[in-house]
Amino acid sequence: MSESVKRSGVQGKLRSFVQSFGLPRLIIAGFLLLLFIAAPMVGSDLGVQLTNTINRFSWNAILVLAMVPMVHSGCGLNFGLPLGIISGLLGATLSMEFGFSGPMSFVMAIVISTPFAILLGGGYGWLLNRIKGGEMMIATYVGFSSVSFMCMMWLLLPYHSPNMVWGLAGKGLRTTISVEGYYDKVLSSFLQIQIGTLVIPTGALLFFALLAFAMWAFLLTKTGTAMTAVGSNPTFARAAGIDIDRIRMLSVVMSTWLAAVGILVYEQGFGFVQLYMAPFNMALPAVSAILIGGATVNKATIMNVIIGTFLFQGIVTMTPTVMNNMIHMDMSEVIRIIVSNGMILYALTRKSEASR
Amino acid sequence: MDDRKAPLLEMKNIRKDFFGNQVLEDINFTLGEGKVLGLVGENGAGKSTLMKILFGMDVIRETGGYSGDILLSGEKVSFQTPFEALAAGIGMVHQEFSLIPGFTATENILLNREPKKHSVLSDVFGDRLDTLNRDAMKKKAGDAIEKMGVMIDGSMVISDMPVGHKQFTEIARELSKDQLKLLILDEPTAVLTEHEAGALLDSIRSMAERGISVIFITHRLQEILNVCDQVVVMRDGRVVQDVAARDTNVQEITHWMVGRDVQLSARTFRELPSQETVMSIERLWVDMPGETVRDVTLDVKKGEILGIGGLAGQGKLGIPNGIMGLYEAGGRVTFEGKEIPLNQPRRCLDASLAFVSEDRRGVGLLLDESLEWNVAFPAMQIQNKFLKKYLGGLIKWRDEKAIEEVTKKYIDELQIRCTSSRQKARELSGGNQQKICLAKTFAMEPRFLFVSEPTRGIDVGAKALVLDALKRFNRESGVTIVMISSELEELRQICDRIAIVSGGSIAGILPASASSEQLGELMVSQVK
Repeated sequence: MSESVKRSGVQGKLRSFVQSFGLPRLIIAGFLLLLFIAAPMVGSDLGVQLTNTINRFSWNAILVLAMVPMVHSGCGLNFGLPLGIISGLLGATLSMEFGFSGPMSFVMAIVISTPFAILLGGGYGWLLNRIKGGEMMIATYVGFSSVSFMCMMWLLLPYHSPNMVWGLAGKGLRTTISVEGYYDKVLSSFLQIQIGTLVIPTGALLFFALLAFAMWAFLLTKTGTAMTAVGSNPTFARAAGIDIDRIRMLSVVMSTWLAAVGILVYEQGFGFVQLYMAPFNMALPAVSAILIGGATVNKATIMNVIIGTFLFQGIVTMTPTVMNNMIHMDMSEVIRIIVSNGMILYALTRKSEASR
Repeated sequence: MDDRKAPLLEMKNIRKDFFGNQVLEDINFTLGEGKVLGLVGENGAGKSTLMKILFGMDVIRETGGYSGDILLSGEKVSFQTPFEALAAGIGMVHQEFSLIPGFTATENILLNREPKKHSVLSDVFGDRLDTLNRDAMKKKAGDAIEKMGVMIDGSMVISDMPVGHKQFTEIARELSKDQLKLLILDEPTAVLTEHEAGALLDSIRSMAERGISVIFITHRLQEILNVCDQVVVMRDGRVVQDVAARDTNVQEITHWMVGRDVQLSARTFRELPSQETVMSIERLWVDMPGETVRDVTLDVKKGEILGIGGLAGQGKLGIPNGIMGLYEAGGRVTFEGKEIPLNQPRRCLDASLAFVSEDRRGVGLLLDESLEWNVAFPAMQIQNKFLKKYLGGLIKWRDEKAIEEVTKKYIDELQIRCTSSRQKARELSGGNQQKICLAKTFAMEPRFLFVSEPTRGIDVGAKALVLDALKRFNRESGVTIVMISSELEELRQICDRIAIVSGGSIAGILPASASSEQLGELMVSQVK
């Protein structure tokens, strides 16, 4: 009898663990683990695969982190991420245009993108304050329209740097611009650790850790506390004398700035600045990652960001390569699209469950 | 009365409790055919619960049903759903309108019960393709309207109608049901002008003459006397009086409604602690839906507990909500000699005013956060309490330890039942949530406190504790308290003076020692 009691205790513990961690996340984590085990068996190098996963984690984590402030202030998930990304792209291209190079160009890109992020984020925040309750829908369209608008601007703005403009016309930015000679791998190569085929981009991970720590610290402050309260119950916050609109605005600006920095970190790892329609495809993976990480529409922690990004990027990188090696056919792009969109779709179905 | 025939409706020993909280006890009354019964009582006396039982509303079954018997024409009935009640000939008109604004009166009256015409199409595809028989509809609706004895235009669209006509349309809808034997009207005159109310009363009489029995719930006591055959007064879930309307008067009914076996021992009358005015309110108006304040002028003395009472919807709740900036307001409010700007919550809070809202879950609490957050949050935001400084004040973090300490202190002091100070506010019971709301304001150490409906929806034990806590807070810290409550008795228990709000302005201020008849009379004096 005592044994059965003991077992029910263990079962209970297991159940509460599953409940707190979430069954879907356990399944995804289990699947990822399976892929890591399967990888050497089907003949792909585990070290290389791990490196890929960690690399992609380091590129994307800050974009996912950008979701946190707006979730806390009750503005929902930032589907308007492209707006921040555009600020980052403006910073990147202007920094190159002004002739900065090496690590300095990265610093200057952040510095230049900051006023853009504040300005665009401010306008975006003003708009979101006007349509309380429908934030996520409007945010999606803000993202869409800003991308389309910038498609025109990238052609029209008077850029001259030969590294960036179309070769024949001498004006208008190219769709893809290499950051070689500017800030290629500027973070990733910092304190890089190599063990066999496994390469760890320490600098990029540290940079993310720094921003994540800053975010965590901010949420502990008086203003950060107010932000969480505004998201949790705006009427309560207002009755406690908090200017809700100001706090929401602040959260949107923070999110936009983090997106700007995030895209710069992405570029330094990826090696290219992608203009025109590229920002379009950045919002959904970030949204999905934080949802898979266990965040809800009005609750998100730094841990959600880390777990979510790792799981999402892990699946998206590992599945195609393992599948390819298994069936010996180059299907990687097809599989990548199926898997990443499948993950997004899955994550968005979790969203309704998490709403208030 | 004819003894051989059973009365239309008989209620026998009806009892009902909500999770151990007894709301109805031994309700007995009978209602004859073609009679009008006036049902009166204070808010929370159990009138609406009783009607819900009669009408078979889901909420009754979900909370464990009731005990006792309801006999309809001598037969025992127990309705599981409102549909069964409708089928048995009971109609109910609720306080809120349930009409389709874009449809005409006729269409609304006969919605989903329209007379229909067959056609070839409906023969082939079934009766869902029947067409409406407009002529028959017009006639049927016209009959129902005529039964009321009021003229309303059946072809008029609801959204164009004055509010009184909408009310009549609702009643006509019930009357158009052929099987209707008993009509329940829940405060039908609350939204009507005097003239319209008069017409409604006439129509109630003419319905009764046609043999339909009516249960009429209202706060306007004169109406009861004018139209009813029988008056049933409820108080605290019991029927305290059941008399013929012609044998009584407004004064007597008021006394039955509010006066109870008062335990004078629980109350201590004292002289006002000070004659100094701490807050003066001049010509305040507040645009709070359902609780409009029209013109309130009021002086609050330093250190007193001032009660504000009145019937629901007369504007008593609007006063604190307006002053604290939660609803649009105008007028002049001075506190300690300084004018407080309205519509700016922050300025009130900075002036050391605090407010415990009647809307606990909506305004009072962060339901998804811990008790610690709930208790400490306003004090942290407004007075920079519970913050720890780092780097010479550059960074201020929450002082989790101080927050935990203060929360635990109030958990002990107010006997809040919870598993830990980190439990989510949502998981607490109503009474304990209310105590958290109090703790939150106590933590701000205000000099002036508005408390709105502090005991609404909480059990008797918690009620006493909450009232005691407020009284102690007033006596020990010298805080001036303005308490708004629908329950006169609780106002009389802890207040020094009681102001009664009626029709959006102050009808009068009496010492708490005033008799409940005096207070009750003020309550209904200016009901509009």
